[in-house]
Amino acid sequence: MTTAIPRAKVRPADRIFSGSTLFAGVLILVALAAVALFLIVQSIPALVADPAELEGSPTSFWAYVAPLAFGTVWAAALALLFAFPLSIGIALFISHYAPRRIAQGLGYIIDLLAAVPSVVFGLWGIKVLAPFLTPFYDWLVSNFGWFPLFAPPVSGTGRTVLTVAVVLAVMIIPIITALSREIFLQTPRLHEEAALALGATRLEMIQIAVLPFGRAGIISAAMLGLGRALGETMVVAMVLSPAVVISFVLTSSTNPSTIAGNIALKFPDAYGVGVNALVATGLILFIITLVINSIARFIVNRRKAFSGAN
Amino acid sequence: MTTTAPAPATTGITNTLTASRLPKWAPWAILAGSWAVAGGVFAIVMLSAGGGYPIVGAVVFGTVLFNIMLFVLSYLVEGGRQARNRLVTSLVVTAFLIALIPLLSLVWTVLGNGIARFDPAFFSQSMRNVVGEGGGALHAITGTLLITGMATLISVPVGLLTAIYLVEYGQGPLARAITFFVDVMTGIPSIVAGLFAFAFFSLITGDPGIRFGFGGAVALSLLMTPVVVRSSEEMLKIVPNELREAAYALGVPKWLTILKVVIPTSIAGITTGVTLAIARVIGETAPLLIVAGFTASMNYDLFNDRMMTLPVFVYTQYSTPGTDVQTYLDRAWAAALTLVLIVMALNLFARLIARFFSPKLGR
Repeated sequence: MTTAIPRAKVRPADRIFSGSTLFAGVLILVALAAVALFLIVQSIPALVADPAELEGSPTSFWAYVAPLAFGTVWAAALALLFAFPLSIGIALFISHYAPRRIAQGLGYIIDLLAAVPSVVFGLWGIKVLAPFLTPFYDWLVSNFGWFPLFAPPVSGTGRTVLTVAVVLAVMIIPIITALSREIFLQTPRLHEEAALALGATRLEMIQIAVLPFGRAGIISAAMLGLGRALGETMVVAMVLSPAVVISFVLTSSTNPSTIAGNIALKFPDAYGVGVNALVATGLILFIITLVINSIARFIVNRRKAFSGAN
Repeated sequence: MTTTAPAPATTGITNTLTASRLPKWAPWAILAGSWAVAGGVFAIVMLSAGGGYPIVGAVVFGTVLFNIMLFVLSYLVEGGRQARNRLVTSLVVTAFLIALIPLLSLVWTVLGNGIARFDPAFFSQSMRNVVGEGGGALHAITGTLLITGMATLISVPVGLLTAIYLVEYGQGPLARAITFFVDVMTGIPSIVAGLFAFAFFSLITGDPGIRFGFGGAVALSLLMTPVVVRSSEEMLKIVPNELREAAYALGVPKWLTILKVVIPTSIAGITTGVTLAIARVIGETAPLLIVAGFTASMNYDLFNDRMMTLPVFVYTQYSTPGTDVQTYLDRAWAAALTLVLIVMALNLFARLIARFFSPKLGR
């Protein structure tokens, strides 16, 4: 005869508690699905409407979105171009170069950049950075005007896509830095010491031990930074002088606007199908960032121990 | 044969560990020298061309010169490997210093410009019927506190319960899906959260131009919940399993173990995480611009009418100045200063809690 293993009594309170935690977890998934659902529902009127009713009377809805989507990707890519090398340098400085005792404090200082509200960055960008960069743009256009990216005429106010990209870069530096710092700190100690023991200089140690170990993490850190730059709103709305163009020129006063910036500028005064069109552009932004973030998270999650949120 | 024995007499005994290295003071000397040269060159240019002294240009030029000089000298004395090592070291330090420039410039300008209107009137008046000087941000501060408080009320229970589910109960595909999508949600653009709240409430109320404070709170909690989940999850995970097992051994049910043992142990970390999450959303502008709107008057009712908030106050004061632009800008800077002070205070508070109230796990 087998003795039955005594089972713990199931208490109602246990059921209620575990049920409510499950409810909260599912609620989050439902919320994410609801975001997609309600954005789609509100976008449909814009997709089926006569394109002539949209702002600027484009030939189709996609012609309306194209300049915005281009501007979004262009500004974010430029920001990533500036921020990525700097962030890797800062992360290496904090993890491998700075004296141990002050390294954590230096990390907090970089994190402070992430704490500054974006609207304050916008105010700083338009009132401090743009006037500061204007003479530099003048010089650039008068000396390198033959180069397509700096084609004249120059913007007189500094409210260019290049200024926006610099501010965006400052805003995503803490994100990329925090994640790559975590990754660099996880390099196996023995790999580093083995490299040093073979006579490697610090740079060579980083090249053969730290960077190969963290490559996947660095890529996903860059993608998370890109996702943040794509969705940043207030800096673009405040600093950029927008136009409906697709143009690569960095220093002119006619810049392609971004999806997020365009929504912030137009939404307060929008009505009718214009609101639906703005929601539809928001849906496109949501899909772009969702895809980029999912890929980045997928890469990060293969190494379980870190996440960007802490 | 021309081969000769090495001639030790001419070189003496060489210690390979210290030979052909630059002395320790060399990089500093080269740095000082480069800046001096750059400063001198720019001074001469300024004297000949006139205009203000371009101190930024001098520092940038001097730093570039320093990197080149250091690389060349080190290459000649120490060889290519050490030269590259030194170059990258100085580049890495430079990267850190470059990142400090915007932070310092930002703090400096916000302090310098914000202090002009950082007066009692700013904190005791709204903008109702104000067209020129005077006025304040009381309505915006009230709105920010109400909306952020409401967002906290929504996202802390949801976030904390989800974290408990993930750490204590969750297994299998559902828990993995929740973890993954919580991570993905931390990257949702804030303006999309605002658009969602607008789309949701305008559909269920049937008002195509709906603006109210509660919608802003919902949008903010969409941004805040994933942050709360992640930080609480980390904190619950580091509670030692021995504590849970000790409680179970005494016959304490699981839900009481979580409430009376696990959460009290990690409450300091959870509070830190929640405070940092509040600090993150309190400066959000875009979703509130979309769904809470802007107004010049006081509004204490989250469920009716437009509600002003501090970040939106900064934006509207900047974007729609009246005839006297400077007074509007002064108010914008003062509000920006208030916002930065609030965020910094929250950050400091969070770090202090983490430092003083977290359990001492080390032996």
